[in-house]
Amino acid sequence: MSFLSRAPAPAWPLAAPADGPGNPWFSWRYVHDNADEILSALQFHAGLTARAVVIALVVALPLAVVAYWWRPLTGPILALSGVLYTIPSLALLALVAPAVGTTSDTSVLIALVLYALLVLVRNSLAGLTQVPGEVRDAAAGMGYGRVGRLLRIELPLALPGILTGLRLATVSTVALVTVGSLIGKGGLGEMILGGFRNNFYKAEIMTGTILCVGLALVLDLVLAGVGRLLTPWTRERRS
Amino acid sequence: MNYFREGFIWLNDPLNWTNPGGLLDRLEEHLVISLWAVLLGCAIGWPLGIWLGHRGRGGGAVITFANLTLAIPTLALLTILPLTPLGFGKPPVVVALAVFAVPPLLANAYTGLRQIDPETRDAAKGMGLSGGQLLRQVELPLSVPYLAAGLRTAAVQVVATAALAAFVNGGGLGEIIAAGFGIGMSNGGGGQIVAGGIAVALLALLVEALLAGVQRLVTPQALRGRQRRRPTAAAPAG
Repeated sequence: MSFLSRAPAPAWPLAAPADGPGNPWFSWRYVHDNADEILSALQFHAGLTARAVVIALVVALPLAVVAYWWRPLTGPILALSGVLYTIPSLALLALVAPAVGTTSDTSVLIALVLYALLVLVRNSLAGLTQVPGEVRDAAAGMGYGRVGRLLRIELPLALPGILTGLRLATVSTVALVTVGSLIGKGGLGEMILGGFRNNFYKAEIMTGTILCVGLALVLDLVLAGVGRLLTPWTRERRS
Repeated sequence: MNYFREGFIWLNDPLNWTNPGGLLDRLEEHLVISLWAVLLGCAIGWPLGIWLGHRGRGGGAVITFANLTLAIPTLALLTILPLTPLGFGKPPVVVALAVFAVPPLLANAYTGLRQIDPETRDAAKGMGLSGGQLLRQVELPLSVPYLAAGLRTAAVQVVATAALAAFVNGGGLGEIIAAGFGIGMSNGGGGQIVAGGIAVALLALLVEALLAGVQRLVTPQALRGRQRRRPTAAAPAG
């Protein structure tokens, strides 16, 4: 009797058949056995999303303000981010990755930031332009300068628009991170694609998908909650 | 920029275009998949959106559905659908892409019918038009610009995401990029990756430009002016 025959059943990914009862769509056993890998994928996914959205916001807000202050620049800024948005994520990654590094997550990060930019710029600008003219006049009459008015009056009033953009950008970024699987930096996308390549291991695919959608929904709810806290006046008006 | 030069050198080799599995083959696959996906999306999104818009309800559900699909990674559908009774090959890819084509088509069709001035609708009813006549003779012609806008958004999105089909060997231009990674950076795959990226990006921009032209063409003169004025009216006064 060889040593191998006494070994416990082989690990699931190796044994999973392509179909049939041995390959369920979801299995707690898989989750339990691979908890560490799943958690690290989730962590990577969430971290990359957070970095991308924060960087995109830091770039988008000044751009929106520039477009708001100098109206002639509005068209070009929106057009440029629109063109960037039209370029498919995979193509963007293919163009960025060879130059930046095919094994570094910076490539994915750059693609994600460029992609989130349009949503954030457009929504921030919409929020800023929705500030009523009388409010601006009143602020000017009270002696606010351009910067003071922006920081104390216009940006706070534009918050609902900015937050809508932030939520949209976050949710779509979470889904987009999976495209990073192209260069092995896809977070939960690695699990989805890994399961597919691993003899169509359904439990791995489904766990990755559920976590990905769940992460998007949780982040969306958190941002919605933050938005409610930051803009109490919209709540009062509604009730 | 070195890789960009390699990419252009790759694109300049005619064999890379005409070889089996070359650019032309992949482009054809890409377009066929995209076309079926958009058609399927239209077949589902438009009737549903028009019906909901005509009835004037379900707006919340439309928005919720559109936001929900935003959270689903394309990659997940592309890998899950082949394992369902749809089987492998093109059908699951087409269905997966169609799922992402439906929200813009649906939402724009709904908005197109809801934005019609209620007075216009009342006038048509006052002239004795039945529900079906109202839909065909008044509501649909007035919402054509919105339907076209939805088609444009959906088509561009489908063409863009069709590149992801390469992850599951579904064909399309994404295969060029994937094959480039298969060759490896050290063996000159970088040029092919960049070339594939350029091809996909150009195709998406081309479709966008083409459908923007179509959208302009199908928008009646009277509605065109109104649409152009809208952004200026929303712009800040001072």
